[in-house]
Amino acid sequence: MIYFDNVSKLYNDGRSAALQEVTFQVAPKEFVSIVGHSGAGKTTLLKMIIAEDNPSHGQVFFESLDVHKIPKTKLPHYRRKIGTIFQDFKLLSHKTAYENVAFAMEANGRDDKEIVENVPQALALVDLDDKAWNFPNELSGGEKQRVAIARAIVNQPDIIIADEPTGNLDPIATYEVVQILRKINDLGTTVIMTTHNKGVIDEIERRVITMDDGRIVRDDATGKYVL
Amino acid sequence: MITALRRIVKAGFVGFWRNSYVALASIFVLTVALFVIGSTMFLDQLLATSLNTLQTKVDINVYFVPDAPEEEVERIRNAVAALPEVSVVQFTSAEEALQQYRERNQGNEISLQALEELDDNPLGSNIAILAKETSQYESIARFLEEQQGLESAQTQVIDEINYAKNKDSIDTLTSIINAVEQASLTIMAVLLIAAVLITFNTVRLAIYTSREEIAIMRLVGASNVFIRGPFMLQGIMYGLISGTLAMLLFYPLLVWIGPRTEAFFELNLFDYYIVHFGEIFGLLVGIGVVLGLISSMIAVARYLRT
Repeated sequence: MIYFDNVSKLYNDGRSAALQEVTFQVAPKEFVSIVGHSGAGKTTLLKMIIAEDNPSHGQVFFESLDVHKIPKTKLPHYRRKIGTIFQDFKLLSHKTAYENVAFAMEANGRDDKEIVENVPQALALVDLDDKAWNFPNELSGGEKQRVAIARAIVNQPDIIIADEPTGNLDPIATYEVVQILRKINDLGTTVIMTTHNKGVIDEIERRVITMDDGRIVRDDATGKYVL
Repeated sequence: MITALRRIVKAGFVGFWRNSYVALASIFVLTVALFVIGSTMFLDQLLATSLNTLQTKVDINVYFVPDAPEEEVERIRNAVAALPEVSVVQFTSAEEALQQYRERNQGNEISLQALEELDDNPLGSNIAILAKETSQYESIARFLEEQQGLESAQTQVIDEINYAKNKDSIDTLTSIINAVEQASLTIMAVLLIAAVLITFNTVRLAIYTSREEIAIMRLVGASNVFIRGPFMLQGIMYGLISGTLAMLLFYPLLVWIGPRTEAFFELNLFDYYIVHFGEIFGLLVGIGVVLGLISSMIAVARYLRT
């Protein structure tokens, strides 16, 4: 479903590279963790998938679609197929939890009836139905990340991309977030997640891609955190 | 489509309300800008009116000798009226001149007695000439002097042309009027540009605080129209509110200043404000809306690029 074909990303000076000849695929319904030190190229890799960053060489495919050949006007449509979760949550601070989730559906052009039905369901899935009307600054880190997850899944995307989703969370919140991501994956959504957290990797027991210096150095079917 | 529009409108209003601090700053600056623009409009009106009054006060008077033949006076009068530069020629007959003299000197016994001593009317008829532009008096005066020059000593008709006497003051007035007109135009242009730039900048700063939000909206897959819409609506709202506020600000100011401008410039600005309320209101709000809208669009466009 996602296919990286010999992707490299060089910086402007032409020498230092964020990604070097990266080739891998992700099958539907997989749960893939990408691990590596800071600067190993994990985030760049994810940005390639949502067309936030362009490769210097190589191609990235989403199903049969070359991601970087999508015209700018069609990019919003493409991004609606992907749910994104970030370390810093990226919630709209002037909108309540409910509105943040609803916004993703509004932007998607869903009708009001669907929104009224699906938003509470999504919030219930992340166990936040009681905080629907709170603003982000009234929520804890773990709660904010759960709102972000609800927003990511509410449009029933084909794939969820999570960049260090537990990076800012305490161990309990981390555990909750990982459980939710597993649950989403069990319901049939592909998940690609980067992380630093050894405990998280060992807990999930799924495929692990290890990166170092822009290259994929290991790709284990049921990996452990090795570095 | 309608759903999207409704959502954009709602998001615009909610965003305005929740960002009220930023909105307030934008409205404040835009109000000041519109106030400056409105003030220059009033000032312009004031200058235009006072220039008009001043210009109508400038004239050339031609005094005819008391025994001037009527047809000769008539001829000069028609010749002057036929000049393209002349807008009005006002004729005062000898009897009217005498009447006016009597009225002017009503309390002055000596003057009236002196008049009684004389058998004949010592005053001749005269004409007052108004030019279309102050700069045209020179050529009218030259024409009259030529006429005077043509007359022989026996058949003198024109007694006196008072232009030469007034020439200096008319010249000074003409140059003052021109200078004031030019200076006021320059000042207005500078003030307008400053007001527009400050407004642009404030709205850009206001939207700068939302750049994160714009980035997030894009990540969630919102189309550019959907992101831009609420900001554009807010720009329009800034314009509407600021235009109304500026209009309200003028009210007490003009109530106070109106009678003073009437005494000095012969135009009561408050009356002008009331009579032209609709136009001024429409213009200020219109400028405000256009300014707010364009500023918002330019500011958001920055964050929608890449």
